[in-house]
Amino acid sequence: MQRQVALIKQSLFDQGYLDEQFIELEELQDDANPNFVEEVATLYFKDSARLISNIEQALERGSFDFNRLDNYMHQFKGSSTSIGASKVKTECTMFREYCRVGNAEGCLRTFKQLKKEHATLRKKLEQYFQASK
Amino acid sequence: TFLTNHKHIISLLSSLVYISLIDMAEVMRPEKLDMSNDTSSLGSPELLHVLAVDDSIVDRKFIERLLRVSSCKVTVVDSATRALQYLGLDGNHSFVGFEDLKINLIMTDYSMPGMTGYELLKKIKESSAFREIPVVIMSSENILPRIDRCLEEGAEDFLLKPVKLADVKRLRDSLLKADEIAFKNIMHKRELQANDIYSQLKRAKI
Repeated sequence: MQRQVALIKQSLFDQGYLDEQFIELEELQDDANPNFVEEVATLYFKDSARLISNIEQALERGSFDFNRLDNYMHQFKGSSTSIGASKVKTECTMFREYCRVGNAEGCLRTFKQLKKEHATLRKKLEQYFQASK
Repeated sequence: TFLTNHKHIISLLSSLVYISLIDMAEVMRPEKLDMSNDTSSLGSPELLHVLAVDDSIVDRKFIERLLRVSSCKVTVVDSATRALQYLGLDGNHSFVGFEDLKINLIMTDYSMPGMTGYELLKKIKESSAFREIPVVIMSSENILPRIDRCLEEGAEDFLLKPVKLADVKRLRDSLLKADEIAFKNIMHKRELQANDIYSQLKRAKI
């Protein structure tokens, strides 16, 4: 089981899903707080689901309020950075760039990719935490 | 009689005792060192009480853990408004006894909806009760004018997110060092005063 945990973790880093910040989080874990990282991850996915839903609603409206969208992405990028979600963070940055230049098409395309990365990370982390128990 | 002949000396001795007591009281004042629950000496780890302000739930969880791991007492709030409420600075004076709060450090996110961390910083520095408390700004954006503005307004430090354990440790060490320096200054002053009285006593040939 230990080996499987190590393998999942290694692939998450090798494929760029996670960065050093995740290690920083793990270093804050101890015997008294053995589930800290999982707790943070749970909060992150709950919070980001809310943000994704807000962004989707904002995009569905058709009229692109780039300020509002950028605001949501700023939050999304922030929490993704705090948990070490590297690929998601990159997509957030790109989305914000498209907001900055007012490129609606770019926003839509990036958002689709972001959701994909987000879902993949979620699944892989679920596997990782499950295997760690 | 002994008393009238040595009135001068007795008053010097009283001054010496008085000064020692006053300075001891000054040093032991709870606001200077949070020793309310801690009977250990200055040399051992002090319990700093940190007020952390961040609108992000993930970041709140993270900073709280960082501070706990660094042996700090933590109070976390989700907005600048709530921080002001906690401190009793929101104009609503129903909060009783804010002097017992003993906050040693405030760490606040910069970008928050409603009141920003910068505006919170200004309000704290405008308050006579809390302006001495060091305020640290945290931000995910490395914007030089922003950093300058915060430092000019009296921020203790500006940290780039994600905050590292090393950042917190550095902050903590420098705050404790500042307390240690203040303590040493008081001790030195007391020593000088005591020496002064002692030499007067010596001259009076006691």
